[in-house]
Amino acid sequence: MLSYVARRLLQSVLVLLGVSIIVFGLLHLTGDPTRLLLPLEAREEDVRQLRALLGLDDPLWVQYLRFLARAVRGDFGVSFKHQVPASTLIFQTLPATLELTAAGLGLALVVAVPAGIVAALRRNSFIDAVCSIGVLLGQAMPVYWLGLLLILVFAVKLHWLPAAGRDGLASLVLPAVALGAFSMARIARMARSGMLEVLAQDYVRTARAVGVRAFLVTYKYALKNAAIPLVTIVGLEFGVLLGGAVITETIFAWPGVGRLAVDAIFSRDYPLVQAIVAMLATLFVVINLAMDLLYTYLDPRIVLVRSRR
Amino acid sequence: MSEVAGLAVAADVRPSAAPLRRRLSFRAVFGLTVLLCMGGAAVLAPQIAPWDPARQMLMKRLRPPMWEARGLREHPLGTDHLGRDILSRILYGGRISLGVGLSAVSISCLIGVTLGLLAGFHGGRTDAFIMRVVDVFLAIPYILLAMGVVFALGPSLLNVILVMAVTRWVQFARIVRADVLSIREREFVSGARARGSRSLRLLLRHVLPNALTPIIVVATLELAFMIIYESALSFLGLGVQPPTPTWGWMLSDGRNYVATAWWLATFPGLAIMLTVLAVNLLGDWLRDTLDPRLKV
Repeated sequence: MLSYVARRLLQSVLVLLGVSIIVFGLLHLTGDPTRLLLPLEAREEDVRQLRALLGLDDPLWVQYLRFLARAVRGDFGVSFKHQVPASTLIFQTLPATLELTAAGLGLALVVAVPAGIVAALRRNSFIDAVCSIGVLLGQAMPVYWLGLLLILVFAVKLHWLPAAGRDGLASLVLPAVALGAFSMARIARMARSGMLEVLAQDYVRTARAVGVRAFLVTYKYALKNAAIPLVTIVGLEFGVLLGGAVITETIFAWPGVGRLAVDAIFSRDYPLVQAIVAMLATLFVVINLAMDLLYTYLDPRIVLVRSRR
Repeated sequence: MSEVAGLAVAADVRPSAAPLRRRLSFRAVFGLTVLLCMGGAAVLAPQIAPWDPARQMLMKRLRPPMWEARGLREHPLGTDHLGRDILSRILYGGRISLGVGLSAVSISCLIGVTLGLLAGFHGGRTDAFIMRVVDVFLAIPYILLAMGVVFALGPSLLNVILVMAVTRWVQFARIVRADVLSIREREFVSGARARGSRSLRLLLRHVLPNALTPIIVVATLELAFMIIYESALSFLGLGVQPPTPTWGWMLSDGRNYVATAWWLATFPGLAIMLTVLAVNLLGDWLRDTLDPRLKV
């Protein structure tokens, strides 16, 4: 168990190193970072000054090590547009994004898990069919379109909810629904197939055969085991949601990291872009590490299989 | 996930045969029909589109679909803020969505399958290295990475396709690796090896054909994803550039008119949803038919 945890930790560090290489590479894509960082009409003099300032004449690996040494301390340089450290900007906007992501994920879980379970218990029923259609639509609807439709119906036509901004609980509803819909569909589908699989297991059949009440079989034996794979899904889904937040925040003018990132890309604020990509990736790695460890705690068989590899 | 799948006892999750067969064939027929219509419309757009998609007719701007009061018969789905025919733009937009999607899936399939084969077949350090790279790509928010790269290199058709492919190959690599891990232990592989087959030949002749099922299924589901991905990039302003109409651009244009002209954003959105729905249905059906125990 301990060696598994240690190896999993080491893996996470390696992944973060890989992330840092890609984030560093982002600035060197065109060969000359000054071309990305400065406006196209920048004077030759400014270009030279910036080159010296950023140490761009050093060998690439020296530049990378310098970048890494700073990045480890959370220092990604100063945002060109806002003239404050990139990390400061992220910490100002991160709560809004986490709030939106958590709301989206929470909503997805609250709706999808019961729906998936009921669909599995009443297979081929009317409820199952409704769930299947919901899953299909949810997976096919692009978040930006769903967002626009929600605005059209609930903000423009019905005036029930605000269309944009972050001002109280009411303003959270539409973005959370738009963001959570896709995950909702995926989780419902997983919950349904997971539940079906567990229901077909021997111990469930045995419990039924010896006369354990159906209610107990479902909620005590089956549900507990069906929940295990969901833990991993939730971790991975969190990454999907963080990515989806980029678009959702743009549509609903939600003042989070995603909107900050889109804004940074269009204003050539690459230090800020680097910082955001690195921070979101780190968040994802940490959450998945936690989920994996939780997972092994819930189902100890997994460590055995994994360490034999 | 693969470890978990390996643990689970092969559960019989097949419902009784008759209703399943009926549902499956409906899904397949519906998916294929919609997809063929969309594909045909995209290919034949120059022939069947009633208008030039870029032609601006400012006298007729923001006309609603023909069944509404101010609608015009010659513009069945209405016109946009520059007086361009929405139906024609959707037909032409399909060329970009499907074309870019198919190209991106092909390239990402090539990258992912190659790396997945190498990882699964060689094992050891090669495997560990490739899987860490997979983890890196899983961790990075791909849409931000794609936006950053496309912005830096310029939003040409080729750049958009390449960036989409490079950020999505991991799905293929993971599923192929998991499959190859079990295939390489099978007898026909050791048999071929005993006969002196070289690694490359062994991989291409014996291992790859046996891993085709999940590849086909993932490719179909990824196509659906790529269509959404492309229109998301377009929507954010970093897709294929105007005047070429794309569904994502049309949606993004329509965004400013949500309150006054609902049809601008609704129809391209419907086109995306229908296409993605059709591809997903087809993918689901393929998975259930070819290998019901596949977890993708």
